[in-house]
Amino acid sequence: MIRLNAVVKYYGQFPAVKGLDLHIRRGELFGLLGPNGAGKTTTMRMIAGIVAPTRGTIEIGGVDIFKDPMIAKAKMGFIPDRPFVYDKLTGAEFLRFSAALYGQEGSGVETLIDQLLDLFELTRWKDELTESYSHGMRQKLIISGAFVHRPELVVVDEPMVGLDPKSARLLKTLFRRYVERGGTVLMSTHTLEIVEGFCDRVGIIRQGELAACGTLDELRHDAAAHDAGLEELFLRLTGEHIEPDLDAILG
Amino acid sequence: MPSSAKRSRQPGILTLVGPKLRSALTRIKARPETAPRGRGVLLSVAGVLCFAAAFMIAFRLVTYFKNVPEIGALLAGKLLGVAFLAFTSILLLSNLVASLSTFFLAKDLDLLVAAPLDWGRFYVAKLGETVVHSSWMVALLAVPLLSAYAIAWDGGWLFPIIAVTALVPLFIIPGVIGSAVTLLLVNIFPARRARDLLGLVTILAAGALVLFLRLAQPEQLARPEGFASLVDFIAVLRTPSHPLLPSEWASSMLMNWLTRVGDPLPIVLLWTTAAAFVVMGAALHRRLYVAGFARAQEGADEFVRGHQWSVIARRVLGRIPVTPREFILKDLKIFFRDSTQWSQLILLGVLIAVYLFNIRALPLFTGEQVPVFLITLIAFLNQGLAGFVIAAVAARFVFPAISLEGRQLWLLRSSPLDPLTMLRSKYWVGMLPLLVLAMVLTVTTNTILRASDFMMAVSVATVLAYTLAVGGLALGTGTLFPQYDTENAAQIPTSFGGLIFMLLSIALLSAVIVLEAFPVTSYLRARQAQQPWAPGVLDIAAFLAAGACCIAAFWIPLRLAVRRLNALEA
Repeated sequence: MIRLNAVVKYYGQFPAVKGLDLHIRRGELFGLLGPNGAGKTTTMRMIAGIVAPTRGTIEIGGVDIFKDPMIAKAKMGFIPDRPFVYDKLTGAEFLRFSAALYGQEGSGVETLIDQLLDLFELTRWKDELTESYSHGMRQKLIISGAFVHRPELVVVDEPMVGLDPKSARLLKTLFRRYVERGGTVLMSTHTLEIVEGFCDRVGIIRQGELAACGTLDELRHDAAAHDAGLEELFLRLTGEHIEPDLDAILG
Repeated sequence: MPSSAKRSRQPGILTLVGPKLRSALTRIKARPETAPRGRGVLLSVAGVLCFAAAFMIAFRLVTYFKNVPEIGALLAGKLLGVAFLAFTSILLLSNLVASLSTFFLAKDLDLLVAAPLDWGRFYVAKLGETVVHSSWMVALLAVPLLSAYAIAWDGGWLFPIIAVTALVPLFIIPGVIGSAVTLLLVNIFPARRARDLLGLVTILAAGALVLFLRLAQPEQLARPEGFASLVDFIAVLRTPSHPLLPSEWASSMLMNWLTRVGDPLPIVLLWTTAAAFVVMGAALHRRLYVAGFARAQEGADEFVRGHQWSVIARRVLGRIPVTPREFILKDLKIFFRDSTQWSQLILLGVLIAVYLFNIRALPLFTGEQVPVFLITLIAFLNQGLAGFVIAAVAARFVFPAISLEGRQLWLLRSSPLDPLTMLRSKYWVGMLPLLVLAMVLTVTTNTILRASDFMMAVSVATVLAYTLAVGGLALGTGTLFPQYDTENAAQIPTSFGGLIFMLLSIALLSAVIVLEAFPVTSYLRARQAQQPWAPGVLDIAAFLAAGACCIAAFWIPLRLAVRRLNALEA
């Protein structure tokens, strides 16, 4: 469903992503893990067609997103890490506008909007301007926006930021059911608990390169850490297991 | 934490404003790398030209007034008083808006309010920030004006110091009043409502000020023959704006220095009043700020009304495909729900009223036969003036269209939205009101001027073509020089890209006027010879060339804009 071929991204002289090869299969829930500044968000934004790679190609369902953006983007719903929405639109209007960007309207869309708002407990605020929404409410609104046009693939950057535990669990269930129905989810995160026991496969990205990729068992096997928890495994694979001298800082 | 009980050492005011100063310096230093080539040179040339033009106009006026026997100084003092009064009014309005941002909505407030910071230092730091934000442009405007006074009266090398001494308290007083009014408003309304309210109040007040200044017909002061007697004229001159206004004290202080009158009262009044205002403002701040800041964090409970308009608009636009239709509807909703945007329409109304008033006030139809030549000439040149107004309005309403999408670009770029569809939707949303304005101005002014059918047809066709072209130019340059991080739409036209747009639109206007001068001259010659006019090859070529200029001004920037949007990284 998603294929990255030798993708490189430079910001000026700084290499954010260095020759990334990745293949995510249809019907898979894939987690992209990595420490802060590893290149996760850049990768997600390249896959969403927002940022162009310096070199390499990205295909969505076999379509190059930078050669045929309209076809490739129509298959996808994107959820960014920061929930910026139009302050002067209501929640329902924002979802209607999101659907219209994908050329969709009508009673089917209206029904789905109501269902999504109901699912995320936003019905009470559907006619209220989003400027008065909390961070979590905005996050739930843009998640709804990603599903409102019934995409084949959802690309989501840090999905749980700003969500309460109930909404976080709901989102996990939604993603799982979506994948069971043939949808594909690519999510980036640095929260290990989300990935463990939830993602079908995991990719670990470090300094713009794929350090490891596979199921958790495969990763443990590769790192020769058969009994290690995900945190230990993550630290080993990202080379960040050195304990800082906290005594000097805390006094 | 054992040390929390101790009172921490307070940071200096410079420490508090330091991050803002450093950010500003970094922005200035960073410009050569990130900015387009020649930006600095272009801005400097534009700045020097504006300064020179303002200085020359001011110097001509001041020397003209100075040379009037007996009442020269009186006239010049009156002029300075009027200028300072206008400055104070502008400062009051801008401080109202700026203080809402610096005291209640700025991003650094969470950090500062959470810190164990002395309220007095906080107030002085934020007041300083507000005053600098609001006053720098007025201070720049004052330089050519005061330079003209200094040179005309030989103010001496101490004059700049005297001028600064007069201007600083003149800037502080509106700053204190603006922040105090904002503080009171925020304590009554939530900050978001207060911002809407302030926006509306500001625009209404600005509109009223422009109307007042125009309807007061200040040009009569330069035409004493318009008064019944000299006594009436001098009586008007002697009437002070108000003896209790700081603008009056500042102008008196400077005129005293220039005319060598030793009166310390104005400077004492200015500085003691400013100091007293700061103390009173600080006391008010101490009493109300904490509660006001807490209220400012509350969301406005805004349920949207007026759904019927949305339904009607959707029906009217029903034949347009869903994506551009919803894009247009979205832009319209945002425009009419944001009082900082729609309230600009009030200013637009005032602008049209002043424009038509000026045309009506022309001393053309006073009983004598007016030559066709003069009427045609004025109607022809009126195209230029109308064109300039249309360009300025396009800069305000069309130029920021793409920049305003800034934070939502992730949504547009990740969706299968064709950039051309977005540009088309934005173009027509901005263009329809602009066309209405253009046609109202052109047809009404030509009717007032009693222009010939030929001139009416030429004007309507020219202004129509120019308006359509300027819309494309504004949208195109707005996309090529975007301001995605700006929260206030009103600031976007004053950016570098806004300057480029205005220069290009004036160049287009000049080209069209110069080209059309050929057929209009040939028409006038035929009228003077009392012969029917038939356009020659040169006349037709000139019209076609003017049309080609408009098409190029529309097409080229929009093509570049589509390319830019396709390559955009949000």
